[in-house]
Amino acid sequence: MNDIQDPVLICKDLCISYYTRAGEIPAVVDFSLTVKPGETIGIVGESGCGKSTVAMAIMQYMGANGGIKSGRILFKGRDLTRLTENELRSIRGSEISMIYQEPFASLNPSLKISTQLMEVPLAHEKISKKEARERSVQMLMNVNLPDPERVMSSYPHQLSGGQQQRAVIAMGLLSKPSLLLLDEPTTALDVTVEAGIVKLIGDISKKFGTSQIYISHNLGLILETCDRVFVMYSGEVVEEGTVKSLFKSPKHPYTHGLFSCIPLPTTDKNAAPLKPIRGQLPLPFERPTGCFFGPRCDHFEPGLCDQDHFKMEIVEGGAMDHRVRCLRYKEIDHSKGGSAETAKKALKIGKRVLNVDSMKKYYEVKDSSFMALITGKAARFVKANEKLNFTAHESETVSIVGESGCGKSTFAKVLMGLETGTDGEIRHNGKNISDIEVRDRSTKQIRSLQMVFQNPFDTLNPSHSIGAQISRVIRQFGIETDKQKIFDRVMTLLDTVKLPRDFYFRKPRQLSGGQKQRIGIARAFAGNPSIVIADEPVSALDVSVAAAVTELLMEIQREHKTTLLFISHDLSVVRYLSDRIVVMYLGHILERGTTAEIFNPPYHPYTEALLSAVPIADPAIKKRKIFLEGNLPSAMDPPKGCPFCTRCHRRIGPVCDNLLPPEQLVKDRHVIKCHIPIKELSKIEPVIQMPETADRIKAL
Amino acid sequence: MTTQSTTEMPSASYVAVILRVIKSFGLLRESWVGMIGAFLVLFWVLVALFAPLIAQFDPNANILPFAKPGTMAASGHTFWLGTDHMGRDLLSRIVWGSRTVLTYAPLATLCAYTVGILMGLQAGYRGGLVDDILSRISDIILSFPVLVLYIIVIATIGASGINIVIAITFASSPGIMRIVRGLTLDLRNRDYVAAAQTRGESAWRIMLFEILPNARGPLIVDACLRLGYVIITIGVLGFLGLGLPPPDPDWGGMVNETRQMAMAFPYMTLFPCIAISSLILGFNLLADGLREISLRD
Repeated sequence: MNDIQDPVLICKDLCISYYTRAGEIPAVVDFSLTVKPGETIGIVGESGCGKSTVAMAIMQYMGANGGIKSGRILFKGRDLTRLTENELRSIRGSEISMIYQEPFASLNPSLKISTQLMEVPLAHEKISKKEARERSVQMLMNVNLPDPERVMSSYPHQLSGGQQQRAVIAMGLLSKPSLLLLDEPTTALDVTVEAGIVKLIGDISKKFGTSQIYISHNLGLILETCDRVFVMYSGEVVEEGTVKSLFKSPKHPYTHGLFSCIPLPTTDKNAAPLKPIRGQLPLPFERPTGCFFGPRCDHFEPGLCDQDHFKMEIVEGGAMDHRVRCLRYKEIDHSKGGSAETAKKALKIGKRVLNVDSMKKYYEVKDSSFMALITGKAARFVKANEKLNFTAHESETVSIVGESGCGKSTFAKVLMGLETGTDGEIRHNGKNISDIEVRDRSTKQIRSLQMVFQNPFDTLNPSHSIGAQISRVIRQFGIETDKQKIFDRVMTLLDTVKLPRDFYFRKPRQLSGGQKQRIGIARAFAGNPSIVIADEPVSALDVSVAAAVTELLMEIQREHKTTLLFISHDLSVVRYLSDRIVVMYLGHILERGTTAEIFNPPYHPYTEALLSAVPIADPAIKKRKIFLEGNLPSAMDPPKGCPFCTRCHRRIGPVCDNLLPPEQLVKDRHVIKCHIPIKELSKIEPVIQMPETADRIKAL
Repeated sequence: MTTQSTTEMPSASYVAVILRVIKSFGLLRESWVGMIGAFLVLFWVLVALFAPLIAQFDPNANILPFAKPGTMAASGHTFWLGTDHMGRDLLSRIVWGSRTVLTYAPLATLCAYTVGILMGLQAGYRGGLVDDILSRISDIILSFPVLVLYIIVIATIGASGINIVIAITFASSPGIMRIVRGLTLDLRNRDYVAAAQTRGESAWRIMLFEILPNARGPLIVDACLRLGYVIITIGVLGFLGLGLPPPDPDWGGMVNETRQMAMAFPYMTLFPCIAISSLILGFNLLADGLREISLRD
């Protein structure tokens, strides 16, 4: 990076507000940023902190009610806030490109990729169609899309999510922009696909010298892609610095709090639990005077922090460009407040409550095409679950891990009785329930098997009050029948999930995402269930909220000795809270065992790739990179042999393609489904290396 | 929470419910289109309510034929809108006629909605064969021109107020069913429906308590529009002689009876027409206003 070069973009003292019926809402306050050529800037923060507003302001695309109140945005010396609409049009898409979160929403579904790609150079430069096409194909090759000619002649729906996002990135790069804005470009993608895209984004600045602004809520991704990082909270930057200095020694209490909320490999649900930030993000018009983070800060000092709004200052004794917006950062010692006071006792694992025995779930798909008529194959099967085998004990947390389409939600549906299994058994306390639909189950069975749903905005009925919804559950389960007793019970449940009692009268729309998820948990635990299935309960929540909800879930589990079946794609959360892990791929269980067994060799090659794909926000941890090729095969038409053979990086030969691998028993309940002998799998070195181990290896 | 607020158990209060309804109507103030619509509708509702006070004459009494608007009657009252060819006071007939319209139109809409909602919920929620059968039935009904349908139904069962309700229910519930079915197809995949299923709620309870309340927004708007159509329909049926049997006042019937004299005595046709269109306009504007408000939040 060359300091003499002129910066590509300078934002200076930027204040952005939205004007609504309720009055002016300041979205971003006092934002300054400088992007040098070839540099990648990360902006990290929770939802509502104003990070996307910054991107929109740079694009000068803020809708009718947004406006820049003060400050300047200088792009290559031109003030973007003063340009006319026509001048802006020539800059947008050619000199500044933007890539959005959802690739399927940023591509036009009715136009071929070629049309959409060629449009970019044709609109901004005077070149022939042939040249535009050549350049598009070249660019598709640059973003590592195999077979670019085929991609060119495809429609968006014919590509997978990862391919679509690569095509969108290609589109963004086609006009050779000086600045690329990426707004959560991988959030909608699976982890193994995400890893590939992140690598591509990391290579862009090297290949094209493009400056990038990378917006994300995931600190791990920022660490992997960016040079400098800005941490935003409630509309202002609270800390900025190089990735190295900020991740090594975060100065602002909020940044520090964020790190304590991430289930890093150093955390443990018993010895070193997560430390959620208390309270919640203030609404823009409820911001306190002085430090916006004040009310949630453990180091808040009345009389100092709640006075005037203060500016960023350079960290003393740190790097020159490490700046922080905190008056007390020098006094705060983050190393204190160790784990001793928060450590919890491990739960004793009880008797076996759930036994899944060769459970199969096939969906029949009627094929009414002409070919099907001739061949006589009128019905085909989607093999959503293929011979699942595993057990769960009392007080145990069993996680089911896999990418979208691996059949983990189907399993949850069969367990809950929303679908019936095709074959095999699920025994709950000894009784087979896989073929009993929920309406045929007894109330006792129903209430001992409950579920926490994924989407907080969908989990509660918007038409009924919180109180009415929980009361209904209690009445339905026959726990209480008396009105007053039901009411008392709802109050206890609200206390259990740590929400104020007057939430009884609120409607779901008056609650934040985390609060809704707490109500969802209260509802699931209303009938003292023996098993609770949590289907990605925190994946839609912000980091700090997710930590609090995770902790709450485990606290209630401790209290009730519940078996928790935790369905997730996020291996860091899974590692943090589970006792046992089941790794699924395309309906098969590829590996199952205790958390330690899964995270250490011998691995199944897919587990290995999954582990490598998880972004970890700790620069001290070393990770081996494995990038999977290709896409998840369709469940309609799975590979004949090993389900993972099409993408496996350790494929040993035709045996993988033709023969379903055997279940190899490593140790007591640790099973790997692979053709490679356990002996060889054991030789694989660990994917994630903690600092101590890394040092030890160097010493050897 | 360390500070446990003592929360009282709520007691069902009708006052609170009424206050809430008034408050939600207060939202209408934000849309002037909706305000005009509400004003027109409210005007006719008040007219219907206070018909005996407003109308000076018996609507069916033959007093003075072909009296021009403003003519004095022997009784000392004025025929403000004149009389028709049979000597009946137009104003009184319009005022009393508003009662007919405002009784049968909402009643018919309500019936059509009840049938349409129940069928739509079943079709959308259960899917499969139930959906196929219900959808095909509605397709068949919808494939007839509406007017033909009305004529067939009324001709079969005879012309009376209740039969108008039946005919309208028969003809418009398939359309409502389609709307409800579409909304249900979307709503049944929500997590809160799955949550209700996993706690063993019955299908009816899920349809009526979990799905229907969340479909109310578009349905209320559609109901207002449909109410307008139903008023048109009642007018048309009256005009065709399929409406309420004479001599009861019926706006459509009034237009029909006087249309041959419309060139010579335009006021006889004009006033009932104005009455019909102002009420329809009122409901349409009200629907527009409601939609505007519902889109805003």
